Amino acid sequence: MAKVMLEVNELTTKYITRFKENVYAVDHVSLKVEEGKSLGIAGESGCGKSTLALSLMGYYFPPLHYTSGEIIIDGQNITGLTPDNIRKSILGTEIAYIPQAAMNALNPTQKVIHFIEDVVHAHFPDATKKEIYDLARTRFETLGLNASVLEKYPVELSGGMKQRTVIATSVILGPKVLIADEPSSALDVTSQKKVIKMLRDMMETEIIKSMIFITHELPLLYNVTDDIMVMYAGQIVEKASAEKAVFDPLHPYANGLMGAIIVPEEGLRDVKLTAIPGVPPNLKNPPEGCRFAERCKYAVPQCKVIKVSLNEIGNGRAYRCIFSEDELREFYKDAKSN
Amino acid sequence: MPNQTEPLFKAVGLSKEFGFGRQKTLAVNQVDLALEEGEVITIVGESGSGKTTLAKMILGLISPTGGEVFFRGEPRDISTYRKKLAYWKNIQAIFQDPYSSFNIFTKIDTVLLDCIRMRGNGNLPREKKREMMAEACSFVNLKFEELTNKYPFELSGGQMQRLMIARIFLLDPKILIADEITSMIDACSRATILDMLMELRDKIGMTVVFITHDVGLAYYVSDKVYIMEHGKFVESGTPDEVILNPKGDYTKRLISDVPKIYEEWDLSTV
Repeated sequence: MAKVMLEVNELTTKYITRFKENVYAVDHVSLKVEEGKSLGIAGESGCGKSTLALSLMGYYFPPLHYTSGEIIIDGQNITGLTPDNIRKSILGTEIAYIPQAAMNALNPTQKVIHFIEDVVHAHFPDATKKEIYDLARTRFETLGLNASVLEKYPVELSGGMKQRTVIATSVILGPKVLIADEPSSALDVTSQKKVIKMLRDMMETEIIKSMIFITHELPLLYNVTDDIMVMYAGQIVEKASAEKAVFDPLHPYANGLMGAIIVPEEGLRDVKLTAIPGVPPNLKNPPEGCRFAERCKYAVPQCKVIKVSLNEIGNGRAYRCIFSEDELREFYKDAKSN
Repeated sequence: MPNQTEPLFKAVGLSKEFGFGRQKTLAVNQVDLALEEGEVITIVGESGSGKTTLAKMILGLISPTGGEVFFRGEPRDISTYRKKLAYWKNIQAIFQDPYSSFNIFTKIDTVLLDCIRMRGNGNLPREKKREMMAEACSFVNLKFEELTNKYPFELSGGQMQRLMIARIFLLDPKILIADEITSMIDACSRATILDMLMELRDKIGMTVVFITHDVGLAYYVSDKVYIMEHGKFVESGTPDEVILNPKGDYTKRLISDVPKIYEEWDLSTV
């Protein structure tokens, strides 16, 4: 059995608003990523994807607060560490994070190599400029970037190039887990493909050991990751392999998401896209029962009363619904034939 | 007297140059475009291919450096502000960033009232106007009662983009330019917005020009697709022709760059 790189048990984090209300944006989330595997997280805006990503780093700053649960990276529990220790020993070397607008991290008045020196010096104050330059050059060349980029100013680079530069920099110390939060959403399809290619290369050359990829583009997720996890209102509603999550989703929300996929392939024009009506619930006071019940086509009265737990059904699959697997598949079959 | 056989909008040899001397760049190069009433066309291209410049010229926001534009068979005249306003009654746009599409100091009521005024219905009684605004909001699945006295920044991106469609509903233009309207919105709201726009198209029979880099979206919505490269149309035709059987290398590359679910996505061709 492969080594588990990242293990998260029942992690709960909350935002405290200025009226002292608690908003649980990540609610009892458990996940496991093995060495050499990647996990995708899907869901619509405001479902807690990015908050989960921030929480996974163990680095909390107001209004985000830690509540309960534990995060274990390669056998090391990082939950109790102070922010200073996290920055010193975890970020960059154990876990790295790429936000959506990663390219904005570059300082417009300094060359790219200076930015890399800053990153390395924060962890290894004794590293010389020569060492850093050599490390950066080999790393950039393995990832298919031209080493001349290092001597350039950010304004001389295009958006896609800047994004790739920052991604390459964030893995310069070879983190065990890379969290990529919508790294390609602001780019056009061609640059997006280059970014994805680079992430794949990093996995293959074992610069990073495992990856968590967050996006709302399901076709992209399907092509990039091994497993897919669907989030809704701070909870996991479905966990499955990429293949199963796209072609055989169990939770009604996951099924709804699959109905909104747009790909340039034959037959798409005959299908009417089905969007999920309504909006996600307000997490200040989430509903008692199933959080998706308000918007669910198949909801029955019990849905709004019974607290639904995650049903583990083997093979790493899980879903959060009161109906059984077969009942759900029956629903979708009927919906399709109508 | 407008000629009946003429298309609604026609551009011949439309060009735009930026800069001068050695820094001169040709953003749009001799483009011919004709829009018929009620059709949906899509202009697809990567960043920097001149899509948005072309859209701005169609809208009259920037003036072309070459070529002619005809609207309803007659040369377009937008030399004065008054004439521009009259032109914009017929042609409207929705842009990429919903957060910067609205004036942050005006309430949503005012935004919608302005549209009613622009149609020349400013003198209607207040109840009638409220009724029209409520109708427009309910068309895009927003509740007007919840929106009154709110400012645009209190809404989510998807809601704002839907409010833009409500504006179009009230304005009832002949041509709508939709410039990357779904690229900043998540995949789930994207389907809702496209469906609403298509429904509106059927209802008021307007021409829609989609501008996008998303080939999937182009395939889903359009009657006709134009592929744009370096300011020129390199391929055009029905979506089945262009997207399922592309001829040019550029088109093939664009299509291969989109992640798919039924075919293998080839990452080696970057």
